Amino acid sequence: MRVVDEKAIDGKFPAVGETIDVLVVGAGDAGCQAAREAAAGGASVVLADENPLDPALMGLDVPLAFGGRMDGAVQNRERMTERLVLARPALAEAYEAGIDVRLGTTIWGIFPESAESRALAGLTVGLEDGRRCWMARARRVVLATGARDLMLGFAGCDRPGVIGARALDALLHRYQAFAGRRLLVLGSGSEGLRVAIAAHRAGVTVAGIVEPGAQAEGPAELVAEVAELGLALLTRYVLVEAAGNAEGVTSARLAALDDEGRVLAGGEREVGCDTICLAIAAVPAIELAAAAGAALRFEGTLGGHVPVLDEAGRTSVGGLEMVGAAAGVPADHPAAPDAWPYPERWLAALIASGGLEVPCCRCESVTRADVLGVRPPAYLEARSGPIAARDLGRLLADGPPNQDQVKRLTRSGMGECQGRRCREQTALLLARGAGVAPGRIPLASYRAPVRPLPLALLADDAETEAMRAGWDAWFGIPTQWTPWWDIGTERDGLGRDAGLGDTWHL
Amino acid sequence: MDETKGAAVVIVGGGVTGLSAAWWLARAGVEVLVLESGIVGWEASGRNGGGCTHYYSPLFQEEQRLWPQMDRLLGYPTEYRRFRVGVALNPGQMVRYDTVAGHAARLGFHSTRLDAKELRELAPPVSEAAVGGVFSHFGGHANPQRTVQAYAWAVQDLGGRILQNCAVTGIEVGGGRVRGVATTRGRFGCEALVVAAGPRTSALLAPLGIDVPLTPARAEMIVTAPLPAMALGGVDGNGLYGRQTLRGNLAYGGGPHEWLDPDGAWPPRRPTTPLLRNLARRLVELFPKAGHVRVLRSWAGVIENTPDGRPVIDRLAEPANLTVATMSSVGFGLSPASGKAVAQLVQDGRCHFADLSSLRLERFANLPRDWRERRGWVPPEPADGVAVG
Repeated sequence: MRVVDEKAIDGKFPAVGETIDVLVVGAGDAGCQAAREAAAGGASVVLADENPLDPALMGLDVPLAFGGRMDGAVQNRERMTERLVLARPALAEAYEAGIDVRLGTTIWGIFPESAESRALAGLTVGLEDGRRCWMARARRVVLATGARDLMLGFAGCDRPGVIGARALDALLHRYQAFAGRRLLVLGSGSEGLRVAIAAHRAGVTVAGIVEPGAQAEGPAELVAEVAELGLALLTRYVLVEAAGNAEGVTSARLAALDDEGRVLAGGEREVGCDTICLAIAAVPAIELAAAAGAALRFEGTLGGHVPVLDEAGRTSVGGLEMVGAAAGVPADHPAAPDAWPYPERWLAALIASGGLEVPCCRCESVTRADVLGVRPPAYLEARSGPIAARDLGRLLADGPPNQDQVKRLTRSGMGECQGRRCREQTALLLARGAGVAPGRIPLASYRAPVRPLPLALLADDAETEAMRAGWDAWFGIPTQWTPWWDIGTERDGLGRDAGLGDTWHL
Repeated sequence: MDETKGAAVVIVGGGVTGLSAAWWLARAGVEVLVLESGIVGWEASGRNGGGCTHYYSPLFQEEQRLWPQMDRLLGYPTEYRRFRVGVALNPGQMVRYDTVAGHAARLGFHSTRLDAKELRELAPPVSEAAVGGVFSHFGGHANPQRTVQAYAWAVQDLGGRILQNCAVTGIEVGGGRVRGVATTRGRFGCEALVVAAGPRTSALLAPLGIDVPLTPARAEMIVTAPLPAMALGGVDGNGLYGRQTLRGNLAYGGGPHEWLDPDGAWPPRRPTTPLLRNLARRLVELFPKAGHVRVLRSWAGVIENTPDGRPVIDRLAEPANLTVATMSSVGFGLSPASGKAVAQLVQDGRCHFADLSSLRLERFANLPRDWRERRGWVPPEPADGVAVG
């Protein structure tokens, strides 16, 4: 007869709320296509998309860097849903194909069965729709979660109006809710040129496209299109500061660069704008796959860390697949596998113009200098003494660079945006500080929930009786809390009966 | 090459217990070398609730004496803060706190009962349903991640060496003594060896015919976004352990664990599960006014337990220069004292400040072979699953 530890996890999870045959996460082009293909193959398909987003999350720059530049329309969920459906004809097609399309539904975690999580079966998926949270079991999950924006710091980057290209695209086209009028674009690769053209066509004034290099990074046809439209390409310039007031950015201060990437004295210029759009690189949105334990690799020409996929798009986690931009966003130019040249050049240019005392992690007020100095957070008031000498160089003498370790010590990436605004900058800084390629910096861990969700929403309202009855603050080993003077006496192991242990583990 | 130079004392395991032992030895002028298979404090030592209040342990009084001094002694911040508050959501829990208070009082540590009003003054987000609580004028909490790094840096400042990414593959014994260890980075000789390798302790010592009965398990925690600081961070209850950090985040754990295969791979995978929802529920029950606060992360740690859940801190009879230390899943808070005890065992063969006779390995000499199965300390039967893929 098998004995089961009554305080162990065995048998305590509730039955899942629903069983899904094929779950597709993300209703962009790749997701809609994957859903249609699965449905055509006879599967029962759920297509979940977190849009329209919770405006409170948008305010936190989750999942994209909206920079506070959404207008009041985003508060109206029904209106946003209508616009979303209008903006994406593929959604209507999916409805018609019998696909269960769920808008406003976020997948915040995928928990696979494994040798270390045997209490789970198959793929357990966490869903929420803003009102409730529930678990489902899926036979197959296709992640089509797209990409987010690489964010880099500069003076004033915490002002409203500093936005990412993917976020701007969403506000312009998905939501028609962009509150800006005059835009400066950072980056002249495909991302930057495309977003500049799209913004111009949407009636936004494009004040310029900033490029630290001597020529545009993107392909000739896009460069030509930009020129035709009369948009200013500001080569050999970099941002110094986003100037502004309480309402946000009012202008961008730029510095001219020489052939070596050094700031030219007297070469400053000011460009009036209410929005500064970072369009340097798109970063695949891998957080669900990473938190689920899927194997990943660094590939700078695909936008950083991407899933390891077989020829059928399957990850290393059984039943979990990835498609579209989430599996990689091709760069404009080839490069060594560990390198990420265009973001590296931008960071170098921003350091040349703005130095190190500018924000890296905005949530936790960590500067670039704090990361390189491995400084504890300012509120600890512990920056003098021996800790002042414990910088990145000293840390590297003990082992290769590790972003999670630096995150623990500096808090860079620990904040409410879940590191979306600083994760890549921190990694690039560590690579720079260590003198290694960005691909040599191990990916900082992603954790469920991959969206910052309120406690009350996540709280399990379907807790089983077994969970409640078998709950203990710690292991519930009767002898663990026996006071040492009672060990070996008849009172040994009576801790629980005497009212100890199951409620307090200190 | 300097790296393969041994030391008077080699310590296997750069967790909080091994690092503290190294630090105490280095303070005493002993040449130490810590061998860590990964990064210091990367496993359970850096993933726990940070509690420093172990009233039942023979190391308790030293734990209490040392923690308030640790920032100064180490030279680096640990974020240690004094005192604890236990919240009782029902009268039965008050009885339990009274029992704890009774134990601590026996050792000269004072506790005060709090009524519901006093409790909420100290901790405003606490549930209106709370019947009261206990204020421990002892104990406290610290930041595990900062503390493990503080130990490691302090060891180095005293001339001790720490070698990370160095896995021990064998222990060399000759003439009844440990002579050195074989590692992935060469051989290191030593005059004395400490094994404080967490769940790996069993596998490292088994080839010597030494059976340290341990079973690893996985436990989970969650952390929220910051909220305004309570008067005291060390507030818990409702089956949760944890703290409000100095930054303001609520970091709490508790609830069921998953037993793991003792022969599983190292370093372990540490998946989290939907248990984070149960933790969220318990936390909202404890702090209903924090229901709007966002959960930022969940994580898991792997800890080991002995059959009675109590530590092994023991210098063995043979090899006579081998000291074993596992804290049986409760190691962080006790670390200032546990490391000191280990250091004294290594140097003098006995602990001068506490009676560790109940923590000897020999208590498990007659353990039945199927002790894990008898307790149900085995991985779950695979749940009824649907076919995947």
